[in-house]
Amino acid sequence: MNDLSLTAALWTVGSRDLLAAMRHRADLLTTLIFFALVASLFPLGVGSETALLRLMGPGVVWVAALLASMLALTRLFASDYGDGTLEQLALSPHPLTLLVLAKIGAHWLASGLPLVIIAPLLGLQFDLNADAQLVLLASLLLGTPTLSLIGAVGAALTLGVRGGGALLSLLVLPLYVPVLIFGAGAVEASAAGLGAGAHLSLLGALLLVALVFAPWATAVSVRIAVE
Amino acid sequence: MTINWFRYSSPASFYPIAGRLIPWFFSAAALLMLAGLYISFFVAPTDAQQGEAYRIIFIHVPAAWMSMFIYIVMAAWAGIGLAFNTRLSSMVASALAPTGAMMTFIALWTGSLWGKPMWGTWWVWDARLTSELILLFLYFGFMSLQAAIDDPRRADKAGAVIALVGVINVPIIYFSVKWWNTLHQGASVSLMQSPTMAKPMLIGMLVMALAFWMYSIAAMLMRLRAIIIERERNSDWVKALKERQS
Amino acid sequence: MNWGSAGEFFAMGGYAAFVWGSFGVTAACIVVEIIVLKARHRAAVRALPANSAGQP
Repeated sequence: MNDLSLTAALWTVGSRDLLAAMRHRADLLTTLIFFALVASLFPLGVGSETALLRLMGPGVVWVAALLASMLALTRLFASDYGDGTLEQLALSPHPLTLLVLAKIGAHWLASGLPLVIIAPLLGLQFDLNADAQLVLLASLLLGTPTLSLIGAVGAALTLGVRGGGALLSLLVLPLYVPVLIFGAGAVEASAAGLGAGAHLSLLGALLLVALVFAPWATAVSVRIAVE
Repeated sequence: MTINWFRYSSPASFYPIAGRLIPWFFSAAALLMLAGLYISFFVAPTDAQQGEAYRIIFIHVPAAWMSMFIYIVMAAWAGIGLAFNTRLSSMVASALAPTGAMMTFIALWTGSLWGKPMWGTWWVWDARLTSELILLFLYFGFMSLQAAIDDPRRADKAGAVIALVGVINVPIIYFSVKWWNTLHQGASVSLMQSPTMAKPMLIGMLVMALAFWMYSIAAMLMRLRAIIIERERNSDWVKALKERQS
Repeated sequence: MNWGSAGEFFAMGGYAAFVWGSFGVTAACIVVEIIVLKARHRAAVRALPANSAGQP
């Protein structure tokens, strides 16, 4: 793959991951069902008064999205690590940071975007109105890429490590806190009539910070793992 | 004259130095702690609003300071270890983590015991307490990751990455929780609500913070010596050490 | 001096459980950490492979 230009290499890596994700549609479906299931458990646990549901809806949908996207993270590098592809990527002449970014992008398209798309359905369960639904959609659209970026660092660090799944959640969930606060906060603020602009801008800022640091940290972690 | 600092950065030559430093740091910690306790119980006057309960401040605030300071120092040493491939700095980072986690626990525990009489509840989702709780999870993440990796060099590097990512996140977490908190409860309840802190209070807190600082260094050095022996068990100088002791 | 008697000192103006709970747990943490560290160092030294090369 030495004669590939950088853009071609990125395109190859990304489309290959997307194809693999399409071939394993059952995995994607599991993540989506998990997302819906977690969100549906909350009303059963705390009661179903409409006022209460409307109040906790944004937070619940966001927490469920957080957990679902974390569940999908283990698939980001695992198979490439198992069959040695990751090692080849690390040896390629192209910057690993960008190759990793392509992989994260493909992973978000295959597992993050579907979460965003079905989120309004879960919003209906919590009786969110049209405005809140729109803000929920926007906040998830801005927030889930950040989750994938931060999560990629944890996924790369736990490659081939004992107790990977539980360890991954311990590493990644504390780092998700700001995204959760601003994501759920955006919907709550718009419901309270304050406008979601500030929250959404902060979510965008988090995304930019994650875009700068996370691919680099992930590339370092991948090198550590394949060494 | 130039001193060859790299000579001291090998575990073999630092091991005896650490052994000689430990008693000094422990004595300094003990003396400062005695002075700090004296100030906190006998010099500092009773607080007009909070009565005697405010005396918890003399360990709560220093422990909270140390918990954050140790995390930053730990990430710095881990980062140096990652960048320059120096084993000793990575070991220092691993040796700091449990003490930092303990400081975080003390800060949370005392905060809770202070909150009960003052706010009537063991826990509030105050920005400080919440970020301290997340800091505890960050420490646990660092330690669990290192414990789960068998190869010590890989454990060092992986730990460094997660510590550095954590250090970028700590201020973001703090400000996000703070913002969230003010939106939910209006003005948040502040621990330092006395407008002008009495001078003995400030001095007491500083002395206690110094004591915790010296103690943390001593504990770190003790753990560092154990880690050095555990990791270098097959090297000649450690074997020679064993012979000398037996 | 803040305290009239030792009893007053230990009562902490009614907040004894909270104040002594804080200082006591902190002291316990420090003592336990030192004991654990001493034990870890001893165990590390004891676990070293016995070097029989030069020994009679």
